[in-house]
Amino acid sequence: MATSGHQLSYHINVDTSDVESLQRGSRIFVNYCMGCHSASYMRYNRLGQDLGISEETLKANFMFGTDKPGNTMEIAMKSADALKFFGVAPPDLSVVARSRGADWLYTYFMTFYRDPSRPFGVNNLQFKDVAMPHVLWELQGFQKLVYKTVTHEDGTEMEVIESLEQESEGKMSPDEYKNTVYDLVNFLVYLAEPAKFKRQKIGIWVIVYLLSLLVLAYMLKQEYWKDVR
Amino acid sequence: MDKIMKYLCALLDWIDARFPLTKLWNEHLAKYYAPKNFNFWYFFGSLALLVLVIQIVTGIWLTMNYKPSAEDAFASVEYIMRDVEWGWWMRYMHSTGSSAFFIVIYLHMFRALLYGSFKKPRELLWLTGMFIYLTLMGEAFFGYLLPWGQMSYWGAQVIISLFGAIPVIGDSLALWIRGDYVVSDVTLNRFFSFHVIAMPLVLLGLVFVHILALHEVGSNNPDGVEIKKKKDEHGIPLDGIPFHPYYTVKDIVGVVVFLIFFSMVVFYNPEMGGYFLEHNNFIPADPLKTPEHIAPVWYFTPYYAILRAIPSQVAGVFAMGLAVMLFFFLPWLDRSPVKSIRYRGWKYRLALTAFTISFLALGWLGMQVAIPTYTWLARVFSVIYFMFFVFMPFYTSTDNDKPVPERVRYP
Repeated sequence: MATSGHQLSYHINVDTSDVESLQRGSRIFVNYCMGCHSASYMRYNRLGQDLGISEETLKANFMFGTDKPGNTMEIAMKSADALKFFGVAPPDLSVVARSRGADWLYTYFMTFYRDPSRPFGVNNLQFKDVAMPHVLWELQGFQKLVYKTVTHEDGTEMEVIESLEQESEGKMSPDEYKNTVYDLVNFLVYLAEPAKFKRQKIGIWVIVYLLSLLVLAYMLKQEYWKDVR
Repeated sequence: MDKIMKYLCALLDWIDARFPLTKLWNEHLAKYYAPKNFNFWYFFGSLALLVLVIQIVTGIWLTMNYKPSAEDAFASVEYIMRDVEWGWWMRYMHSTGSSAFFIVIYLHMFRALLYGSFKKPRELLWLTGMFIYLTLMGEAFFGYLLPWGQMSYWGAQVIISLFGAIPVIGDSLALWIRGDYVVSDVTLNRFFSFHVIAMPLVLLGLVFVHILALHEVGSNNPDGVEIKKKKDEHGIPLDGIPFHPYYTVKDIVGVVVFLIFFSMVVFYNPEMGGYFLEHNNFIPADPLKTPEHIAPVWYFTPYYAILRAIPSQVAGVFAMGLAVMLFFFLPWLDRSPVKSIRYRGWKYRLALTAFTISFLALGWLGMQVAIPTYTWLARVFSVIYFMFFVFMPFYTSTDNDKPVPERVRYP
């Protein structure tokens, strides 16, 4: 029996002005992602500045041993080792939200499911046969696939993925997990473009300025063109 | 106050005795007479000049921090985006500027098609404009490799390999362009050199010639009437007004409106849904991993669609080249005595409408994954595209053109 592709996808409205969410997301990122993934275009002190995290907190909770606040968020794992562990080197995540998009990331974190045929026992609906283990499993617990049978007009039957079902409990309730993933994706969006919030704040004034300039420019033009017949 | 003016006048006399400052000012601005009936379509010439300036200025600042090496290029762009003060602003102005340049130029060219601005006596004006367009395509192509993302890399790989399709010399030509067997650090270095020095120099030279040619023959206008035919006793065209101040103050309005739209993109939507900055270009170039779907940036997609529509690659490359080159021949393909669409017959109106629809449709098709239906649509639109040029001598010479008035209509 054939199975068809999944229809489960999630939409997320990110809000990079929600500093508290970004702070929570940054903790998840440092604790769970940075074991294997770097963010080598991002500096710790920029993170501190933008998210209102003090240098002491940065040093105590975010940085590894010899890092300095001006350093970028590198990791200790060598890519040759990573290649051995996972078969692929875990990509740098600095701009991943710009190449994948927030919805993709959100769906990715929500759709890990148990699949004993995979090396780490999990598969993913958004990224089929992904090499990454379900790093957040202790928070989410495990999900399993639920199929349903669909009968086509011509009588053929097909198994399609209906939903994901909680198989074992994690430390968090499904809602808490969802919020955590929201914070993480929100943080990844911030991480991909730290200047985004600033440009959106400045942009409105630029446009307001230009609109008032437009009024003057138009009046000037009308004044000169009065005598063109 | 009077004393200051006196000194300034003396200074101007001193300069004028050594350099034709007042003469230049008068010939090109204060006593350059432009038709008074310019409409919306006549903003795009000055806007193209504005975008050129934006690109040069932001380009200078980007070059201060960009590193043209395969090892550092991608990271240096992110460095500009994050660590350089206002670097993100320079970068977004430049990336938005490149798309804006093509939008403005396409509208500028469309204006020429509407009002017959390429026709006698403006053939050289049109040709210099076409050379600007070709140079701009080169400039955009070289520049697109510089961020060294996946689309930069594979886009360049695909386009250069097209030269490989040329019989006999193809392979050595492609090798010569790349300077390597694949797109590599060597390619990036030379593309950088072309992007920041060679092409801008050529572009500036051509723009200078384009403006000289324009001021020699004078601007066309929406009525396609030669204003120089009716002059007053001082030799000033009756329907002409001095470019300065009339069109300088009018173009300022156009500039501000343009900047409002430009800023909306720069500050609120710099990626423009993946059309101005492609999502895949945020993945560093990987010579070992070909992306599933490679498409050039939107401004090249009409030609790319024509290329893909033709099954044989050699023929496709030829057709693509021809599609661009045919524009050069417009002044001689068009046999109508009438310039402006306002007085043309139904045949040219129909042809131009069909051509415009085809150009836009091909542009859209060039961005899509080629499924059979799309390939067939691209073939249909390619045929219409070429028919516009090939049959032009016939439909323009037999069109039911209307009589053209003696003077321009204003308002």
